[in-house]
Amino acid sequence: MNILAIDTSNETLSIAILKNKNLVATITTNQSKNHSVTLMPQIANLLKQVNMSITEIDRFVVAKGPGSYTGLRIGVTTAKTFAYTLSKELVGVSSLAVLAAPINEVNTVIIPIFDARRDNVFAGAYLRENNQLKNVIVDQHIPLEKLLEKLSDYKRLFFVGVDSHKFAERIKIVLKDKEIQFSANELDYPQAYYLGIMGLAQEPVDIHSFVPKYLRLTQAESQWLEKNQESNDESLVEKI
Amino acid sequence: MGNGEKKRELILAFESSCDETSVAVIEDGNKILSNVVATQVKSHKRFGGVVPEVASRHHIEQVTLCLADAMEEAKVTYNDLSAVAVTYGPGLVGALLVGVASAKVVAYAHNLPLIPVNHMAGHIYAARFKSEIKFPAIALLVSGGHTELVYMARENSYQIIGETRDDAAGEAYDKIGRVLGLKYPAGKNIDEMAHEGADTFAFPRAMMKEENFDFSFSGLKSAFINTVHHAEQVNEKLNVNDLAASFQQSVVDVLVYKTERALNDFSVKQLILAGGVAANQGLRDGLDELIGKYSGIELLKAPLNLCGDNAAMIGAAGFVAWKNGESADLSLNADPSLEFEWI
Ligand SMILES: [Zn+2]
Repeated sequence: MNILAIDTSNETLSIAILKNKNLVATITTNQSKNHSVTLMPQIANLLKQVNMSITEIDRFVVAKGPGSYTGLRIGVTTAKTFAYTLSKELVGVSSLAVLAAPINEVNTVIIPIFDARRDNVFAGAYLRENNQLKNVIVDQHIPLEKLLEKLSDYKRLFFVGVDSHKFAERIKIVLKDKEIQFSANELDYPQAYYLGIMGLAQEPVDIHSFVPKYLRLTQAESQWLEKNQESNDESLVEKI
Repeated sequence: MGNGEKKRELILAFESSCDETSVAVIEDGNKILSNVVATQVKSHKRFGGVVPEVASRHHIEQVTLCLADAMEEAKVTYNDLSAVAVTYGPGLVGALLVGVASAKVVAYAHNLPLIPVNHMAGHIYAARFKSEIKFPAIALLVSGGHTELVYMARENSYQIIGETRDDAAGEAYDKIGRVLGLKYPAGKNIDEMAHEGADTFAFPRAMMKEENFDFSFSGLKSAFINTVHHAEQVNEKLNVNDLAASFQQSVVDVLVYKTERALNDFSVKQLILAGGVAANQGLRDGLDELIGKYSGIELLKAPLNLCGDNAAMIGAAGFVAWKNGESADLSLNADPSLEFEWI
């Protein structure tokens, strides 16, 4: 099976082509100022370099969130349109799990983190068991302090991601009696190869209904929900 | 294809600049094979106006569904298409990006040229579904985000000769609608109320004395709000239909006056009325009256059902751009403040 994996969920843009578990080609850039401008030319380039046509891709795998809302939408719209228009498979993988995937530590809880500003983070917790990643704290938008509280049950902790370093001081103070490690260098950034590997193991999703996992309502929606307790079952978008 | 039989040119078009997701298939620039529009108006009604992040989220829910329906209704395959057109601005950046990303994928996946379309050119070309556009022409574009006069010397040429200095006309409608306690979007409601009332308040007509083609509606909006607030303070009950009629008459007078000025300065064959507010009956009547003064100029009004945002109009404008050799590469980005050049 040929896979095209796309991660545009944060500043890093990473794409990879896989033949089953084997890497065919990949490119990761941290200089992409604008994923809307760079994503498609990078995909076209990568395919060209390995002499493949987009029609040879059997499955599109995309980092579905959390992350930057705009970044997620560019990646997810691109992947879902590819899958739909070429009648191929679509798989979404947690953007946090992609960061956790290359961390080879056993008996250690792996915590990928994205800064969500104002002392909030997007984070989840994963354990490596039988060479599989097991999610032990679901991906969520959470105040850093609350996350650290939840982690106090574990003894060995491995924080992953470029943003994890921003919180290093606080983490070491709050969890002072734990064994704590932080990712370094290339493990700070998502690599689409790992995204592809994880996407290979998952079931394809329904293409039309697939949307990013923002893990956060818009401010307008949460304010509206506070005032309007009753659930709104009517469809909010209508064909005219 | 038989001998001498002309190949039909099909454009697949995407529009997602504001709160409508739309995909259409247009034949030869003037025939709608499909025009699927998913509107989010119900969703934004909850907030009293369009919330950009909510709009962007709805677009991504809808975009492949609209694409599927548009291709199916048109009964065409990707092999039948000549090009893919997409609105790349002006509009809400997050909303535009969904349409742009999707259109780029379809163009690349099926080896089709990608045609970038200015949303305002799309609005003008909604009129193409009524009849042919004859050049030179002037278009009066009136919508929620824009109010401008555009000169078209020839096909695929658009130059601004005047625009609003502050609020767009449609924006003014929404704002006074809020003051009157009307549900968003209020334009249609105010138009209907205006027909039940009379212009009794004599609101200001802005910039009528200035030697240009620009508009302004903020003074009118303030005068309206002051009138309503003052009445509330002294416990006076105002006739809302008269308020609506007075507001609308002021808007129409300014639009018609500046359009008349443009028709006197530029020698044109057609006056085109387009944009979301072009569905306004008061404005349509006002321009009918104006055009009666000119024997050589034809008034071409965008069909009522194509005045709002839709991909059919993008397909019509995209067809013209494509014929004129325009195309974009895969780095095409959304341009939220895209504007025609000034003359
Ligand atoms: Zn519009």
